[in-house]
Amino acid sequence: MKRFTALAAGTAVALALGAANAQAERGSDGNLNVLYWQAVSVLNPYLSGGTKDVEGSSVVIEPLAKYDEAGNMVPALVDEIPTVENGGVSEDLKSITWKITPGLLWSDGTPFTANDVKFTADYCMAPDGGCQQISKFQDIESIEVIDDQTVTINFTVPKPFPYTAFVGAETPVIQKAQFENCIGANAPNCTEQNFGPHGTGPFKVVEFRANDVITFEANEHYRDPAKPSFATLTLKGGGDAASAARSVLETGEFDYAWNLQVEPEVLEQMSAAGRGQVVTSFGTSVERIEVNLTDPSPDKGENRSTLEAGPHPFLSDPAVRKALSIAIDREILVEAGYGASGQPTCNILPAPENYASTNVNWCLEYNPDEANRLLDEAGWAPGGDGIRAKDGVRLSLLYQTSTNSVRQATQALVKDMWQQIGVETELRNIDAAVFFGGDPASPDTFQKFYADVEMYTNNFPGTDPEAYMAGWLCDGIPSPKNGWLGANMPRFCSEEYDALVGQMAETADLAARGEIAKKMNDILSNEGALIPLIHRGDVSAHSVTIDGVRMNSWDSELWNVADWTRKE
Amino acid sequence: MLNYTLRRLMFAIPTLLVISFIIFALLDLAPNDPTGNLPLTIPPDVREQIRQSLGLGEPFPIRYLYWLQQFFINEPLNLLERMFGIEIGNSAERLRIRSWATRSPVVDLIIERMPQTLWVVGMSYVVGILIAIPVGIISAYRQYSWFDQIGTFVSMVGFSVPTFFTGVVLIVIFSVNLQWFPSIYDTTLEVTGWSSFWAQVRQMVLPVMVLALYNAAQLSRFVRASMLDNLNQDYVRTARAKGMKERVVLLIHVLRNSLIPVVTVIALGIPTIFSGAIITEQIFRVNGLGQLLIIAVQGADIPLVQTLTFIFAVLIVFFNLIADLLYGILDPRIRYE
Repeated sequence: MKRFTALAAGTAVALALGAANAQAERGSDGNLNVLYWQAVSVLNPYLSGGTKDVEGSSVVIEPLAKYDEAGNMVPALVDEIPTVENGGVSEDLKSITWKITPGLLWSDGTPFTANDVKFTADYCMAPDGGCQQISKFQDIESIEVIDDQTVTINFTVPKPFPYTAFVGAETPVIQKAQFENCIGANAPNCTEQNFGPHGTGPFKVVEFRANDVITFEANEHYRDPAKPSFATLTLKGGGDAASAARSVLETGEFDYAWNLQVEPEVLEQMSAAGRGQVVTSFGTSVERIEVNLTDPSPDKGENRSTLEAGPHPFLSDPAVRKALSIAIDREILVEAGYGASGQPTCNILPAPENYASTNVNWCLEYNPDEANRLLDEAGWAPGGDGIRAKDGVRLSLLYQTSTNSVRQATQALVKDMWQQIGVETELRNIDAAVFFGGDPASPDTFQKFYADVEMYTNNFPGTDPEAYMAGWLCDGIPSPKNGWLGANMPRFCSEEYDALVGQMAETADLAARGEIAKKMNDILSNEGALIPLIHRGDVSAHSVTIDGVRMNSWDSELWNVADWTRKE
Repeated sequence: MLNYTLRRLMFAIPTLLVISFIIFALLDLAPNDPTGNLPLTIPPDVREQIRQSLGLGEPFPIRYLYWLQQFFINEPLNLLERMFGIEIGNSAERLRIRSWATRSPVVDLIIERMPQTLWVVGMSYVVGILIAIPVGIISAYRQYSWFDQIGTFVSMVGFSVPTFFTGVVLIVIFSVNLQWFPSIYDTTLEVTGWSSFWAQVRQMVLPVMVLALYNAAQLSRFVRASMLDNLNQDYVRTARAKGMKERVVLLIHVLRNSLIPVVTVIALGIPTIFSGAIITEQIFRVNGLGQLLIIAVQGADIPLVQTLTFIFAVLIVFFNLIADLLYGILDPRIRYE
């Protein structure tokens, strides 16, 4: 099934759905009520990269290709995905040519052409625009419009995975005619455009109320004349996850609610009402504890938590890291905080299939006895207070994370589990906006890592892990020299790993890339620089009267809203 | 009186300037970051560019002066233009205070949301007053009766149970179990006829009741206490001795005098209508000013938070003045010279 070409998969899906709703007609199913409890602020993902804004925009503006729920690329505004085999990607991997489906129209009735694609790239790459998706346009040298239907993207370097710009909901194509005067510093001033972009998607904006509600109606120029089957779409925002779940599962006021990260038993109780169904899907998000391999103690002053501070007094010992990992009962963490939306994992790269390693599973078995044995063997002997110590260094650590009820519950459980192997834990939580804010002046950011261990979730957009895995290069270690930028929080540095990253950047073959990614995952996970805890899924809920929802972690959850229908 | 009013108004200007500076500085010093809530997949150097494009590259005093100019000169000019449909100077070039999250002018967001807050929160204030005054009167007149005891109990509950609790309880009872009222306020509803009017009433019932209970609880205690003070006064005995009917004594003489402090309390409470009932609006998803403020706080949308809090500060200063003046008008014993 996964071996289908993207095109075949897309056609098969279209056929299957077509058969199910043979007499479906555009606009025949009335209104679709969708609730995103984080309200949509603006319908332009280039100005706001927040998930809610990206997904809200995705019903109006579309990329050239989308990802389906299995992470395969499916053509949206093109007929096929360009590859080296079909000649769409050049042999030297330095250019990709997209052939746009003929006859596509914007919602205002004007034709969609290659010029719009080129314009979108210019829009995002314009200086002073503050484009939030600029990393998707990295390494683009030029964009050539060959003819109205053909556009070629040239890269400065060989791109083994050239599907960055215009693939996935983060980088949709916007209309040149509409945004022409909104380039660069002018971008934020175009309120009317940013609130009501013309699109090629199944719906068009009727009314936009920032941070509140958007009303859409079916786009009469949508490429499939039978879709969408809903005449109107209301996208409401505000409130919190629990009440959003209630409005679909218990009161039935809404047809779909997004991102329901609430306690599993609450969700279970609500779904007992039988009005709605909870759906989950797993992307690449992994809740992990990152271990600080450098010394974070305050007396190191400026050098605190940098390589200059020297190795960590006890976390630099591999036995300690391993003991900490197997002393955590991941099943309990899942049960307490995640339910159906979490699975225990030992891998930092759990998906997509092609890249996911299955070699590392030693940490899945909860084994405090083995952990104790490891520590005993390494010479960490319990002191009078039950806390292990060696040469005057006590196994006492500061464990920080962002403020969030599930995270604090996890922290408390882990603290207790570590207590049982003679490790003392002090807990700390920091407001998410500060923790993830990256303000170099703040001592509390996750990059500065002024703690022994820290916990959060990270993932990568799309399906290609190259950039994500390159985060653990030696060069990626945050320090005052690079303004505390970089994603290598554990301050992990290995020549072998760096070599693999270099190798991946030169490999185009998907299977070979998969092998390299798996090796990198195994190094990181076996080394214990990261303690993966839970492979986190996305949870949403839809009313039992809605058909066609295919929950997707690789693209917008509303990626196939055109196919949704209401059951009789 | 006029003299006094003018003096107070003059004094309000430096007060407001100081307040605006404090708000601005506090929010600026707070360790918060507008890119903090973006997905981690957006790399740090892109975040830095985003911060620059939001104007965070400028030093603090410059940004403060910009904001002052935008708030006190540009935005009022814009409002005038909008109201009278005229153009003053080069309005296209005029810088406006823009929200970081929506990239649209802050004042437009506020204008869009004002009606819902005035309707829902304002209505709850009116309902609260209408409940509180009779309850307060009867409670005081029949002190320690069963009515007074129940009234005291209900107002203690209303006052001490937070609205985020009563709100959810009412939703569970009336939306989930009985299915009488919607739990989510449909902000796109337009009243065009009886059926949509009825829908509007139904969706307002729960949020209005939650807030009205809270407001009534507070006010009824004030009315009761103030009535009790007056009931023991000599002039009440005199009125009764003159053979006046009990109703006249109570509702004309006592009530009038008792309402003087109550009116000030009501006037002082009006700014809270505008600040919206943050929590209640969030629970019922009413798109009012309170919800706007909380979303802005969560998203570190600092220009929006600054402007909203400052507008609330202006209202508080203004209604303080109104309350003082009303006191002078209602109570002839008080004279401002």
